[in-house]
Amino acid sequence: MSQSAGHALTLRGISHAFGQVVAANAIDLDIRPGELVSLLGPSGCGKTTLLKIIAGFLRQTSGDVLVDGASISHLPTNRRRIGIVFQNYALFPHMSVAQNIAYGPIAAGRPKAETDAVVSEMLDVVQMAAFRDRLPRELSGGQQQRVALARCLAIRPRILLLDEPFSALDKNLRLDMQIEIKRLQRQSGITTVMVTHDQEEALGMSDRIAVLSRGNLEQFAPPSDIYDRPASLFVNTFVGTANLLRATVAGISASGAAVRLADGMVIETGRETTLSVGAAVLVAVRPEGMRVSATGGAGAIGAEITAVMPIGPALIYEVTLIDGSSVKVVQEREADAPLAGPVFLHLKPNRITGLFPDHSGDTHKKGN
Amino acid sequence: MAGALDPKPRDWALALPLAAFFALFFIAPLGLLVAISFETERQMTGTLGLGQYAAFLSDGLNLAVLRDTLLVGAKATLLCLLFGYPLAWLCTKVSARWQAVLIFLVVLPIVTSVVVRTFAWIVILGRHGIVNETILALGLSAQPLKLLFSETGVVIVLAQVQMPLMVLPLITTLQRIDPNLESASRALGAGAWRTFFKVTLPLSLPGIIAGTILTYTACVTAFVTQSLIGGSRLLFMPMMIFQQAMDLQNWPFAAAVSVIFMVSVLLIVAMLVALSRSRAARLYG
Repeated sequence: MSQSAGHALTLRGISHAFGQVVAANAIDLDIRPGELVSLLGPSGCGKTTLLKIIAGFLRQTSGDVLVDGASISHLPTNRRRIGIVFQNYALFPHMSVAQNIAYGPIAAGRPKAETDAVVSEMLDVVQMAAFRDRLPRELSGGQQQRVALARCLAIRPRILLLDEPFSALDKNLRLDMQIEIKRLQRQSGITTVMVTHDQEEALGMSDRIAVLSRGNLEQFAPPSDIYDRPASLFVNTFVGTANLLRATVAGISASGAAVRLADGMVIETGRETTLSVGAAVLVAVRPEGMRVSATGGAGAIGAEITAVMPIGPALIYEVTLIDGSSVKVVQEREADAPLAGPVFLHLKPNRITGLFPDHSGDTHKKGN
Repeated sequence: MAGALDPKPRDWALALPLAAFFALFFIAPLGLLVAISFETERQMTGTLGLGQYAAFLSDGLNLAVLRDTLLVGAKATLLCLLFGYPLAWLCTKVSARWQAVLIFLVVLPIVTSVVVRTFAWIVILGRHGIVNETILALGLSAQPLKLLFSETGVVIVLAQVQMPLMVLPLITTLQRIDPNLESASRALGAGAWRTFFKVTLPLSLPGIIAGTILTYTACVTAFVTQSLIGGSRLLFMPMMIFQQAMDLQNWPFAAAVSVIFMVSVLLIVAMLVALSRSRAARLYG
């Protein structure tokens, strides 16, 4: 495939409403040339709406879509040169693999020789040359996806859109196709926007992830930042597993806030907060940011094991804290690991992912 | 069919009442009809032969009636398709509420008696009917057009009367087409027309063929509409059979004409079915 420089995609203040329902609320995204960006969020968060707006299937209520700084909002879909691979692949069932791939070049009026060359090239790129005369229904899910991708790349799109690309594939094939698409995307340097509700997919494949919730952009950052430094409680709980420890702000210093946990212990979080001293706060820690042991020590929190699951090399604990809240911990399976009874929970240094205001504490009910 | 149980032997018994009904009131009369058509004498003396068939096929006037009937059906079916396809397409594009309204309007003619509908058309198409009054008022023609008792009138009315038979299968087929296919076509750079001719139309072919078979068979056998709108000067096969049997009491000839007419229509239907089979085989294996 020709090594073309990718194109920049910019969403500027994109808003869209379906009647009273706001599907996108003033979304700004600057996607760099050659970047693979995931739009991640639960269903109904507006990610598919954004994809449709970029493709031109939907006209945004307000805002602008730009490619390389030039607005494309006024262009109909067929003049945007933005390729899209659908969740169900949407291959033309009455056309062979080769005819599907040739569809775009023919529509663009390319000469036959050029079209044939593009078809052969794309078949090679997705390693489907042996299937060129098959009909889509004669192909497996993974093969159909390859053809859909080839059909899309055959128009040399400026931007590639992937709509839940792996959700229809079984688990083993999914990883293969993820690697394959990542490789093709790297090779071609094509700017790619992928819609997904699967956080592992987004974390594994993306250069940056835009996390959306109810039409709002919660955070737009590289996967490691999304995971380690979530900007909101929503991001922290939606991406990965989050344990939320109830606490109050005990003090604020230059190095971050100190919080008082439910059992009275005060710990340094190393995180800044806008909350004032005395405010109820949720301390977010990932399961791997803590350790369960039979022995206590400085900063150890008393807990009771409610369940242990040995999974291969790891142990997954569920423990209950003194305030009744339950916490999940993942750690290496060691010979002397406790399997029942009272234990101690150790917070590893610098593993608190965030401090978020705790509104549930207002009622003085500490349930789970 | 995945998950469907194989029918047990005695389950077939459930189909017996219907089978008996069909045997008694459809197969048997049809057999009788074919048998009578081989009677060489009008009085049905029992002498068998192909005389009646020879009589029909050797007369150019009879063949002209057969040709006219098959042609008028083809024209009406084509008209149905031309008007019905956009309507069916519209039905699949509008909101669910409008779709219900449109489908109701499409089905409405079925719930009215065909005689009433045809008489309504006589009022509309007559020399002083709505159509001619409008044409004269607009100055499109100096004379009223001869719409009633003409083949044009028959084609127009047949198309309206049989429209639901074309539109309903088309709606079903168009609704089954994945809307992503049209989106994909647009995203690949195809305009609306290319998308229609390369994607929507080929994928709706099964519906076109089903609608065509239903409409065509209904049009060529539409005794009431053909006779009332066509008047006494235009003769079509159903009327010819009626005259031979009821007016002239020539049952063997009427039977032979019926068989010839039936076989002609079946041949056309068979061709359409073969066409749809080859498409379906390619599409759905």
